[in-house]
Amino acid sequence: MTAPLIELSRIERVFHLGDSQVHALQSIDLCIAAGEYVAVMGPSGSGKSTLLNLIGLLDRPDSGSYRLAGRDVTTLSADEQARVRSERIGFVFQSFHLVPRLTAAENIALPMVLAGIPPAQRGERVRQALRDYGLENRADHRPDQLSGGQRQRVAIARATIMQPALVLADEPTGNLDRTTGEEVMRLLEELNRGGVTLIVVTHDGALGARARRQLLMADGSLQQDRPRSGGTRSETCALPT
Amino acid sequence: MRAADLIRFARDAATGNPLRTGLLVLAMAIGVAAVVVLTALADGARRYVLNQFSAIGSNLVIVLPGRSQTGGFNPGNAITSTPRDLTIDDAQALRRASAVHRVAPLAVGTSEISVGGRLREVMVAGTTADFIAVRRLTLAQGRFLPPGDWRRGASEAVIGARIRDELFGRDEALGQLVRVGDRRFRIVGVLAATGQGLGMNTDELVIVPVALAQAMFNSNTLFRILVEANSREAIAPAKAQVSEIIRLRHEGEEDVTVITQDAVLATFDRLLGTLTVAVAGIAAISLAVAGILVMNVMLVSVTQRTAEIGLLKALGATRATIRNAFLTEAAMLSLAGALLGFALGHAAATVIRQLYPAFPAQPPDWAVLAGVATALVTGLAFGVLPARRAALLDPVQSLARR
Repeated sequence: MTAPLIELSRIERVFHLGDSQVHALQSIDLCIAAGEYVAVMGPSGSGKSTLLNLIGLLDRPDSGSYRLAGRDVTTLSADEQARVRSERIGFVFQSFHLVPRLTAAENIALPMVLAGIPPAQRGERVRQALRDYGLENRADHRPDQLSGGQRQRVAIARATIMQPALVLADEPTGNLDRTTGEEVMRLLEELNRGGVTLIVVTHDGALGARARRQLLMADGSLQQDRPRSGGTRSETCALPT
Repeated sequence: MRAADLIRFARDAATGNPLRTGLLVLAMAIGVAAVVVLTALADGARRYVLNQFSAIGSNLVIVLPGRSQTGGFNPGNAITSTPRDLTIDDAQALRRASAVHRVAPLAVGTSEISVGGRLREVMVAGTTADFIAVRRLTLAQGRFLPPGDWRRGASEAVIGARIRDELFGRDEALGQLVRVGDRRFRIVGVLAATGQGLGMNTDELVIVPVALAQAMFNSNTLFRILVEANSREAIAPAKAQVSEIIRLRHEGEEDVTVITQDAVLATFDRLLGTLTVAVAGIAAISLAVAGILVMNVMLVSVTQRTAEIGLLKALGATRATIRNAFLTEAAMLSLAGALLGFALGHAAATVIRQLYPAFPAQPPDWAVLAGVATALVTGLAFGVLPARRAALLDPVQSLARR
């Protein structure tokens, strides 16, 4: 039995919109083991992106605790959380979020630049990543000279260049056509097969069905937590009572 | 983030928006150039005035007969009644003072000069060989009065450039005999044209040995004794020694006035130095304006790049990294502006110097340093607020922005 990578217990997240309060997340209890492939599904506004941001340490819960790899990360300072993001978490966004003035290679190298890794080491890893994602001929192209699929490949290369344990993808195929979307999903699933924990947020049922575990969200709470047909859900952690 | 990466990142961010960057650098450059040019003009004016004063000789201590409190040259000094004459012996005695380098007595009067039927009124200066060195005059032709006994002197004269032109035209002046008053002199030298100098225009001067001048004007007293101190530092001791020597020679009575060129110079120096500082201050306002512009532009830049900042945070950038990136960008823009302004200002000052060679429009080093430093400091100071704002942006909301 693998140790849990992510343990969420009684997570609450409330947004204040003027006078009214919106419960984006309500008493979420969730446990994800290392190496899992999880799809978070639900209608828009159900809180799935908020959950992903929270897991990615971009957002803080109003109450509840979040343990990442056994360490309570809710109490960390903003800069400590930034370090955790740098070392452990890779993000893939729907709209790619590439820096337009930087080339593909520079975009891929960005997390290493921010982490202060020496240039010599960076160059080698970027070359490897470009080869892995079939972008050798696109290294010096800027994002506006790349196709959508190429852009998302650059984004995935960037998300994995620091060899994170966890990759979070928010609607990674939302801006892509079916074929390139399929290709991007294949790349992400390949990462998962390599041992990376993958969490994909999507409202596409077909896409979600590819994951080994599906979380269904509605109105800020977990409605359903089911393994893919036939499989048994491994109880990786006993939720605290 | 490594320093080199930080600089490269800031540079790329700056060049990513050339119009914004260009305008900002230009604003900063104009501010710095304004400081450089305005202080160049003000300091040029100061030095121009000082040069004019220095033209009468440097490290000068001047002895006037009669007691007066006047701090500078005053036409009144020329007609004050003198209780005791200032004599050639007094002047010779001053040569013994340790702080004194050269001494030139000066007896002045007006007379007529005539040659070959041409006649004109001239100012006659009776002095000795050191006069030319003390007053920093140069000769165009011939030689100056020879050194020798101050109480005698050959009937030789040195004339100013204008006198030469008027009396001799194109003819050779050296060696000619002229009549000055009731005496005949042989011209041995012609002064170079200067056209400047306070009080006395050397172009219209006839210089003869002091003893002959006194005889010509039938007087024993000197108009002035010009004393050159050993150095700038020696001016004060020279002044004290000169006063003391004259006082002893005049039976303990202080009946001469000793003034230093320094006192006059210092006043002008202070006055115009203050003007330079004031002008620099006014110019610095433009730098403050440029600083506010830096802040505005950086704030707009933060707003425009909100999504990028959110991304950098998601990729693991700490607040310090984001802040440093924006501060570095502000500093680079300010530095580029300061350097451009420095170059522009110096170019403008050079053009002014070319157009008006007599006017030393050279910006003082302190003003240039202060201008560049102020540009950097304002750029950084006004960059802090935008950088802080960027660092504190919420990553989730930033990422949601397109």
